[in-house]
Amino acid sequence: MSETMNKTSGANAARYALELQGVSKSFGLVRANRNIDLKIESGTIHGIIGENGAGKSTLMNILFGMHRADSGKMFANGEQVNVRNSADAIAHGIGMVHQHFMLVNRFSVLENVMLGSEGGSLLKQGKQATIARLKELGDTYGMVVDPHALISDLNVGMRQRVEILKALKGGARILILDEPTGVLTPQETEQLFEILRVLRADGVTVLLITHKLAEIMEITDNVSIMRAGKMVGHRATAETSPQELAELMVGRKVLLNVDKDAPQTNNVLLDVQGLGAMSSRGHRILDDVSFQVKGGEILGIAGVSGNGQTPLMEILTGMRIPDRGHVEILGETISHDAPKTPKQLREIGVGHIPEDRHVHGLVLDFEAQENMILGYHDGALSGDGRLMDRAGIRAHCETQMEKYDVRPRDPMLPAANFSGGNQQKIVIAREMYSNPKVLIVGQPTRGVDVGAIEFIHKQLIALRDAGCAIVVVSVELDEVMGLSDRIMVMNDGKNIGIVDADKTDTNMLGLMMAGIEQEAVA
Amino acid sequence: MADFMLQLLLTFDATLRLATPLILCAMAGIFSERSGIVDISLEGKLLSGAFVAAAVTALTGSPWIGLMAAICASVFMSLIHGFACITHRGDQVVSGLAINILASGLTIIIGIALFKKGGQTPALSSDERFRGIEWFGVNLMDNIPIIGTIYRQLISGHSLLVYMALLAVPLCAFILYRTRYGLRLRAVGEKPESVDSAGVSVAWLRYRALIIGGIFCGIAGAYLSISHGANFVREMSAGKGYIALAAVIFGNWRPIKAFYACLLFGFLDAATSRLQGVDIPLIGEIPIQLMLAIPYIVTVLLLAGFIGRPTPPAAIGVPYEK
Repeated sequence: MSETMNKTSGANAARYALELQGVSKSFGLVRANRNIDLKIESGTIHGIIGENGAGKSTLMNILFGMHRADSGKMFANGEQVNVRNSADAIAHGIGMVHQHFMLVNRFSVLENVMLGSEGGSLLKQGKQATIARLKELGDTYGMVVDPHALISDLNVGMRQRVEILKALKGGARILILDEPTGVLTPQETEQLFEILRVLRADGVTVLLITHKLAEIMEITDNVSIMRAGKMVGHRATAETSPQELAELMVGRKVLLNVDKDAPQTNNVLLDVQGLGAMSSRGHRILDDVSFQVKGGEILGIAGVSGNGQTPLMEILTGMRIPDRGHVEILGETISHDAPKTPKQLREIGVGHIPEDRHVHGLVLDFEAQENMILGYHDGALSGDGRLMDRAGIRAHCETQMEKYDVRPRDPMLPAANFSGGNQQKIVIAREMYSNPKVLIVGQPTRGVDVGAIEFIHKQLIALRDAGCAIVVVSVELDEVMGLSDRIMVMNDGKNIGIVDADKTDTNMLGLMMAGIEQEAVA
Repeated sequence: MADFMLQLLLTFDATLRLATPLILCAMAGIFSERSGIVDISLEGKLLSGAFVAAAVTALTGSPWIGLMAAICASVFMSLIHGFACITHRGDQVVSGLAINILASGLTIIIGIALFKKGGQTPALSSDERFRGIEWFGVNLMDNIPIIGTIYRQLISGHSLLVYMALLAVPLCAFILYRTRYGLRLRAVGEKPESVDSAGVSVAWLRYRALIIGGIFCGIAGAYLSISHGANFVREMSAGKGYIALAAVIFGNWRPIKAFYACLLFGFLDAATSRLQGVDIPLIGEIPIQLMLAIPYIVTVLLLAGFIGRPTPPAAIGVPYEK
């Protein structure tokens, strides 16, 4: 049915698969989208790029009917349409692959794909038809999946395929993908792009939302740039450069590469030997991990999230007790029999910038000045030890906000009211103030905009050059490669290998992230 | 030996009768909880159903009108729950508790106002109740040993509402696993976003689940007061709604398994009352205190791990917000 639809629309020769005119959307006082104009040519891959909070996801949710625009017009294949909910969007041939998959983990692939278009009030009628359709789509686009497999048994790449199949099965000829590569390994990303190219060749229009410049350059035909809720530019990809796109995104010149000198290393400050940990459900989540970090160097830890990075960080910062192995850190030992509390570690000079600042980094309802001394509140920063010295705390916070360019510079504002980048700057300002000798950093720039990323990277490099041993865990491969002197790759709780950052590439790291040993890769 | 056989049969017979309200409430709980709404208000719906059934039957003389009124009252309670938890995204446990307290108070106040009998309703005559139905050929089958007795005692002779409860189980399983509505219902309790992004209304799905639950609870309530009993007594639900909820959890939110759990609870209840003062071969007379404690001991043992780790619907208790 969708094919006939496509032929008719082809006969009408609608040049634009999708067109938006003057779309605006506010949430309370926040104007997420302001007067957006957008034209997507049929049969192309069109990128939408912008920083976090630029309004990309809101715009996509409007296109897919999850949100309703306050004003503006929308056209699909040249005809004005009114998309009030997802059902309307699907009826107009729009499908969406969400950043967080809309799949029921306990359902089979078949059940997930059927959901919403079951083909009758009894499931029996639609099942055979859906299996046949899945096979047909799988053969056409090279996406074969077992319809009876449970979603919870599939890896992330396969789950994404199910999402794509679900959209295509619904008859989608316009496919929106929201940050599709965030959870994929480089190889899986390459496979996804291959699928997208096949889809384009088949006449499907693809809308790719991302904040990664490299992906825009690699796969899109055209790109639109968003900043602070507005469309700030449209370019043909072939006629633009990453530098220009970055400037449009941020609104000023930015340094894309991390600028750093060769490391000047000294003593080993962190020595991890045979470290292991079990989950509360009895699974081994950290398995015989060993490495050393010297003062003055940055060890990056790469890997798809959930492969042991979190328990490792938790052990190094005293939040989890290992069951095997030991850690020598600044002359102290952490092991199963000699656990250390986060406070003890902080006192000997271990700083911690947590992976999830909302959970472990900040108390969101506290003021910025209170967050600025959190964890150090027993010391001189908060006063004489009996009463809190509010004036002193505020003065300290003001100084730190100035130094780390936290905006707005309001020590009384609750942490929740700062943007992601500024929240992260508060955490970084706090942890760096005490001049840590070892710093454990998780996802330093998650949810942080490009301008702030540059600033945070500079701070980390400066601390390294001052002789601190830094461990950086990040799922952003570019970030790990840019920041680190050496890179350890983790898979399934194990250390797959440690490589020098200047002697590796994304391909090699990607294979290691999939669990293939370093020797086999090289 | 024949006497023991008969005793056992009578116990099974009582099991069915005592398990009926549990089964109906458990099916109600499965619909509600599978849709993602915690339903501790089963108790309140059961109680209001029981009261309205008895009161309306006493006033009109027709158990059928009583049953319909009980269903309406229970569905109304469900809609209050839905309005608070679905439309206004309130806390589901708090809303459920409020409904239970509301039902407990309202049934007594209205009962006193209408009948002036201290919260009870007048006793109903036997043709104002759903009485046991004698099945075809019971007397003929009596000539066949054992099977005849089983037929007479266990299979035949229950009220229509007991048979409805027994039919409700396969019906629920069919709806849940074989129909479009069931697929969407299971999905909305696991991941409401998946349903929303497929273009299906989350709120309407959940309201429908609560309404179906209300219908089952209404039948269960009517069974208590105009079939099993002959009038409404204060607090006559006596925690059966909570036990049904426990059965839903023991049954891992599956109709057939929850049905077995209900039978187990019903059996324990029946055995307790039947075995009081009875001399059991080889064991002797069991102290009544132990007998009364057995259902609770079994509950603790079951909860302690004999049933394996329950896997509740993933999105249960979480109000859906876009």
